[in-house]
Amino acid sequence: MNISTRQFEHASIVDVSGDITLYNTPEVRKILLDLLKEKRVRRVIVNLEKVKYIDSAGVASLVEGLKLSRDLKSGFALYGLSRSTREVLELTRLLKVFEVHETEEQALGGGTSGAPGSK
Amino acid sequence: MPAQPISKESTRGGSADNAIEVRNLHVRYGTREILHGVNFEVPSGETLVIMGGSGCGKSTLLRTLVGLERPSEGEIWIHGKNFAGMSGAERDELRKKMGMSFQSGALFGSMTVGENVALPLREHTPLDESTIDIVVRLKLDQVGLSGFENYMPAQLSGGMKKRAAIARALAMDPEILFFDEPSAGLDPIIAAGIDELILKLKKAFRITILVVTHELASAFLIADRMILLDKGVVVAKGTPDEVRQNNAPRVRQFLDRVAEPELAAEIDYLQMLTGEDPPQRR
Repeated sequence: MNISTRQFEHASIVDVSGDITLYNTPEVRKILLDLLKEKRVRRVIVNLEKVKYIDSAGVASLVEGLKLSRDLKSGFALYGLSRSTREVLELTRLLKVFEVHETEEQALGGGTSGAPGSK
Repeated sequence: MPAQPISKESTRGGSADNAIEVRNLHVRYGTREILHGVNFEVPSGETLVIMGGSGCGKSTLLRTLVGLERPSEGEIWIHGKNFAGMSGAERDELRKKMGMSFQSGALFGSMTVGENVALPLREHTPLDESTIDIVVRLKLDQVGLSGFENYMPAQLSGGMKKRAAIARALAMDPEILFFDEPSAGLDPIIAAGIDELILKLKKAFRITILVVTHELASAFLIADRMILLDKGVVVAKGTPDEVRQNNAPRVRQFLDRVAEPELAAEIDYLQMLTGEDPPQRR
């Protein structure tokens, strides 16, 4: 798995590629929590376009990011979900808990465009 | 495409389409052979039920498949890798992709339900405690035990203990899930709930599931394929319909629940009392 971040105006975009599993998800968690807690980014957007598989622990890291963003009143969104990632979020009943977008443009503008869930 | 076999003795790799392939498996305890050349395969994402009466070798087969017993002969291919020919470290690594729900439930009584589910994650992964807490709640939710993480096992009913044990088996997101007598000791309604849970897990997560049971109703409900073991050999193999239509005498006896003839039992009993070696049971 590879992970990197880039800045776009007030948002930080986290690009992840490869599988997110219980062996590498601590790295995802660390970056998400650092952006939210230390860097106080106003909106974190996770790009999952190149993620083919995410397991329960990977989902748990995203949940931690979402929880912290709510506590800090920041934004937190996902975009580019593969079919498999979408299925995992559906099975864990989290698809509608997250703010989910199809594209980066929608995610960047999506903070004010409606309720969380699939868009 | 077949994976590269790990065993130097093996010349043919298992099919990657099969989660499990068992070839000519023999297992022996001392001089007594329990399994006499068992063969079967489980395609990925399917449920195989291993049926058989008490002492037929089905629990030995399960223990061998998860690496708790070593075969005396034969091969076990897990996702194209020869499990039986691996070193201890390689086996441990592959075993992380397997979940096991034991007959007794095997929850640690001194730990809460949540701690039991968290145990494999704490032992085998670098996950932070806060991540583990979320995974534990996800897994308990998947087995219908949301909110029970702080209960002690003794505070749970038999069916709930089974569910908690299944949640623990699911903790590492296994690719193969093994169940040893999942309905044993449960009343029919609770047992039906466990059957439904197994069906749900298979459909939702496409896990390959292997179930050992002698409960016929449960077996025919959850199986994609089944094998019937008798005295250490496979006497029937196929889809539930194929097995149901099998007219071999031992298969009919098991499926129609016909008792063993008294004479045979008396001969075995006499042999036992006089210390005479029983004939090779085939």
